[in-house]
Amino acid sequence: MRFVFKRSYNDDIGWFKHRTQAIYYMVLLAFVVALPWLLDDFFLGEATNVLIWAIVGMGLMLLTGHTGQVSLGHAAFMAVGCYANIIMMQRGVPFIVALPLSGLITGIVGAIVALPVLRLHGIYLAIATLAISVLAEDIIVIAEPFTGGVSGLVAPPIDLFGMQITRYGTPTAFYFITLIVVLAVLFAYRNLLRAPLGRAFAAIRDSEISAQAMGVNITATKAISFGLSCTATGLAGALLGHFAGAFNHETFNIVLSIQLLLMIVIGGLGSIHGAFFGAIVIGFLPQVIAIGRDVTSSLFGFGSLTIPGIEVGVFALILLVFILFEPMGIYGRWLKIRTYFELFPFYRKGMFKRQKSYLKTERTR
Amino acid sequence: MSLLAFENVTLRFGGLVAVDNVSFHVGEGEVFALVGPNGAGKSTVFNLISRFYDPAEGDIRFADKPLLGLRPDQVPSLGIARTFQNIELFEQSTVLQNLLVGRQRHAKSNMLTEMLFTPSVREEEHRHREVVEEVIDFLELQAYRDKYIAGLPYGVRKIVELGRALATEPKLLLLDEPASGLSVEESQDMIFWIEDIKKQMGITVLMVEHDMNLVSAVCDRVLALADGKELAIGTPAEVQAHPEVIKAYLGTGEGKTK
Ligand SMILES: Nc1ncnc2c1ncn2[C@@H]1O[C@H](COP(=O)(O)OP(=O)(O)OP(=O)(O)O)[C@@H](O)[C@H]1O
Ligand SMILES: [Mg+2]
Repeated sequence: MRFVFKRSYNDDIGWFKHRTQAIYYMVLLAFVVALPWLLDDFFLGEATNVLIWAIVGMGLMLLTGHTGQVSLGHAAFMAVGCYANIIMMQRGVPFIVALPLSGLITGIVGAIVALPVLRLHGIYLAIATLAISVLAEDIIVIAEPFTGGVSGLVAPPIDLFGMQITRYGTPTAFYFITLIVVLAVLFAYRNLLRAPLGRAFAAIRDSEISAQAMGVNITATKAISFGLSCTATGLAGALLGHFAGAFNHETFNIVLSIQLLLMIVIGGLGSIHGAFFGAIVIGFLPQVIAIGRDVTSSLFGFGSLTIPGIEVGVFALILLVFILFEPMGIYGRWLKIRTYFELFPFYRKGMFKRQKSYLKTERTR
Repeated sequence: MSLLAFENVTLRFGGLVAVDNVSFHVGEGEVFALVGPNGAGKSTVFNLISRFYDPAEGDIRFADKPLLGLRPDQVPSLGIARTFQNIELFEQSTVLQNLLVGRQRHAKSNMLTEMLFTPSVREEEHRHREVVEEVIDFLELQAYRDKYIAGLPYGVRKIVELGRALATEPKLLLLDEPASGLSVEESQDMIFWIEDIKKQMGITVLMVEHDMNLVSAVCDRVLALADGKELAIGTPAEVQAHPEVIKAYLGTGEGKTK
């Protein structure tokens, strides 16, 4: 068992619960930084992909996991970030300016959209945000002069410090750009959670009425949450544009919106870890399916034919399993295992009962 | 001077008149109780003060400032804090985090400084924490500081909710049935705490309570309501002896002390 002795209020404010935990995360960071020398280009690309998922995962986690507001429209905001970034770059704005600006633009768009939409609760909110996702696809097609319509856009190389960075040309450099964005978003997110605004988010999630009675302006705080969520989402969208190289309205279809939500549910709602776990699952799933397909075809001689929609199907299946057996997501499972060992032999079943009722803002608003 | 002025207020839910031309004043430093049978409109009076409902008629003022133009989230900034009849805590957060939400009205930091967690934010967090620790000491919640609400027994939750209201450092504290569901010892503690809240902290208390023992022990004045109407106002003894009050309680088949 571990006992954590606290000596100062700073111990509760700190990023890490105790020194050992800080060491774990430093080791993890070192590993992540060393990754380009450990992986070949293909898998480094996959790792970059996971990091992009993690950025938007954190964005959506802030909104859904911490503020309790569902969004099925986040693909639309990835699109805003993606197109804003490329359109600016095409007009001569350097990447280093265009990237943060595209986050900012997406955040502002998100906050404005949030004001009417976040008056809704539960299923109505889900439907309204889903409608945003549908609408965005059409708008992209209609706004052809800017977006290239159905044929889409091609991302120019990133011109940074005299280097021409592309995903395939310079995978390591692109990986580090993505990693820097991940760390920046993570830094801001973690800080928010230990500050008044982060507590206001959680207050809204758990009881709107008493959040209000404590002086939290519900409308403004929800809009801020949506705006911040969209900022991260826009940054991820901008990076996705460069990662994909070419994209059009179909890149940001509803399936992506749904995948994003599933990602954080599978990862574990209400924790930053969950965003990363979910990103790993969703990022590597296509590979796992491909490998599974190869294995079945070599064993049984079938499966070499590609079944359309198999990814979404497998994804839905995994989600179902999680909702039925592990509503707290992968992070929840991890917490249980860790607690089991930390408390050994005092672990009781039912110790984690409490966390089952997430997203209940609908009930106790 | 009266701290809270509640004047000729009427609120209807459709055809039902939940609060019918009710007036009362709560003086600074007073402990004032609303009593009455179920459905009398007591909680509705609280919700009117919290601005969750708009009255059809009447006026509510706090320290001579009109409340009626405010949003619900602006009410606490005047120094009004409350608890709820059916405990409304932040279930997925710890006791400490719940109490810290009580500091919301004192938060001066903004989104950007918080994302960077500047030294001033850290300093402010320390100040919030000091106030919250005083509340924790006062209510003896030390053992529960890092526990999640969802796992706590009812009585403790009730106390945490009181603590969260105190953490706002209010001038007026609204307590909706602070002792309901508490054990005898817990109710006894509640009596001591309310006395200390009044005497040591100088906070004015307006409460709804069925437990006449508690009301007699701590309240200076009592207003009895039934079906949204005022029955009697006065000291606890006067109100308890008032024939209308006795009739109202007998009429609903409830004992005088529940
Ligand atoms: N939101 C609402 N909509 C419609 N009717 C309501 C609403 N809130 C309260 N009422 C009604 O108004 C009346 C007064 O309710 P209130 O909750 O104020 O009673 P109370 O005095 O607090 O009773 P109790 O002792 O049971 O808590 C009741 O008849 C109740 O049904
Ligand atoms: Mg009531």
